[in-house]
Amino acid sequence: MTLAAKERRLGWGLIAPALIWTAAFFILPFLAMLALSFASMDGREVMRGFDPGNYVRVFTDPTMLGALGNSLEITVVVTVISVVLAYPLAAIIAFRVPARWQRLALLLAVLPFWTSYVVRSYSWLLVLGQNGVVNKALLGIGVIAEPLEIASTRAATVIGFVHFFVMLLTLTIYANLIQLSPNYARAAQDLGASRWQTFTHVILPLTLPGVVTGAFLTFVLCIGDYITPQILGGNAELTLPQLIMLQLGRSGNFPLASALSVVLMAVVTLAYFASSRWLRLDRV
Amino acid sequence: MRVLPWVYLALAYAFVFLPVVVLVAFSFQDGRLPVPPFKGVTLDWYAKVLTDDDLMAALVNSLLVAVVSSAVALVLGFLAAHALARVRLPGSVLMRGVLIAPMTVSYLIIALGLLTVFNQLGIRPSLWATGIGHVVINLPLCFAISYAAMGDHQKSAERAARDLGASEGQVLLHVSAPMLAAPLAAAFFLSVTFSWDEFIIAFLLTRFDVTLPVEIWSMLKSGLSPATNAVGSLVFLVSVTLVILLEILVFRRAK
Repeated sequence: MTLAAKERRLGWGLIAPALIWTAAFFILPFLAMLALSFASMDGREVMRGFDPGNYVRVFTDPTMLGALGNSLEITVVVTVISVVLAYPLAAIIAFRVPARWQRLALLLAVLPFWTSYVVRSYSWLLVLGQNGVVNKALLGIGVIAEPLEIASTRAATVIGFVHFFVMLLTLTIYANLIQLSPNYARAAQDLGASRWQTFTHVILPLTLPGVVTGAFLTFVLCIGDYITPQILGGNAELTLPQLIMLQLGRSGNFPLASALSVVLMAVVTLAYFASSRWLRLDRV
Repeated sequence: MRVLPWVYLALAYAFVFLPVVVLVAFSFQDGRLPVPPFKGVTLDWYAKVLTDDDLMAALVNSLLVAVVSSAVALVLGFLAAHALARVRLPGSVLMRGVLIAPMTVSYLIIALGLLTVFNQLGIRPSLWATGIGHVVINLPLCFAISYAAMGDHQKSAERAARDLGASEGQVLLHVSAPMLAAPLAAAFFLSVTFSWDEFIIAFLLTRFDVTLPVEIWSMLKSGLSPATNAVGSLVFLVSVTLVILLEILVFRRAK
């Protein structure tokens, strides 16, 4: 055997376990779910077959369409707000905070990241609830007469999500900003660009791949999340993951839950292609 | 204009820390509800939580799943990264894509897919099933971090070891892995923190032997309680300790 052939065989041997694991526990389950999404329910029995009925239902039933709409709206709003809030934060840490304090500033900014995800949503409930800190404070200083209804609304879901994703995006955007050579900005300013022009024409385009990567991750994690809308949003309006869990739990309707999941995944795939021009997932 | 960035920074930190501060503060609440007014300081809720057998069992389960699944994910990810970084293989771009793909899929879908397959095979929900799911979500992370860390200077060291007669296993164990100790440790600890906090896969794939996030979830059903704050604060303490240890042990040394 030649050296190259021997090396290649070794390479296959090293990569095989990871590939087999991914195939067996990620690709195969997805295909099984896809197949199941074309099954139908007869009472509590799953009838295998090729029935597009579940998909028809997803796109005609007002509840299902509503959940899809809610999920999309919440996710887009959360992604936009999070990017807009995180960019200046990352820039301030990268350019204003002295170099020796930057690591600490960053560590502090993402520290709450490490509370339990379930508990983090719960703790926003303590802040935003009827008897929560915000309402008690506002009542105390007399800004409002009645406690505000913030918990169990879409606003609470958005706040909970934004809290999480501002931390995530600050990290990714900071990593991009810090890699930028200051010479670019200096050159732009030497050539007469204002600070704003330097930002919009030089810094922003150069960091766009990082921003888009972070925004895409935000989109994926946000639209697929069950916990935050379930704890903070209440049951007035459902998101797609909540609907999927309802189908699993209450009615045991695996086929419909699978169809909803396939739609969820299709939305994410569309988002991927929409952003793929700037996306650098292998460099996360 | 000078102060504006600092004001922004302060507001951002206030926003980021608000729920955590409220959570921790009201875990000491001497009363039945973790909301204002603050009635005084007590450690009763911590005592209650630490002597709760279900919670402690869930804690042990969580740590067990996290450590084992992260170790498996790290080994698989590292070997795959080594292969792709060192050997020219046909279809390597595709394989890299396949290995990263689970990162872009929501955990709920991964959980539902596994549940479907396990149902069909007649495999009961268990900690093992959850562990398998956690390897799926952490493998891309371990792979990506290992892959990004592999540079050319290692290649020379590996070749030298091979020339001196080391077997491929010895090269991996005694040369490649130690040279990447810092990023590998980072990948492992990150995986541990993700796994031990993961909810939806554990929720759908365990039944009796639940993990901590699932146990906390069921605590939430009985409404607000300082006990939940106490558990949350303890989880926070453990995670932060891990992160700070990582910072000191790995990144300080790496510099």
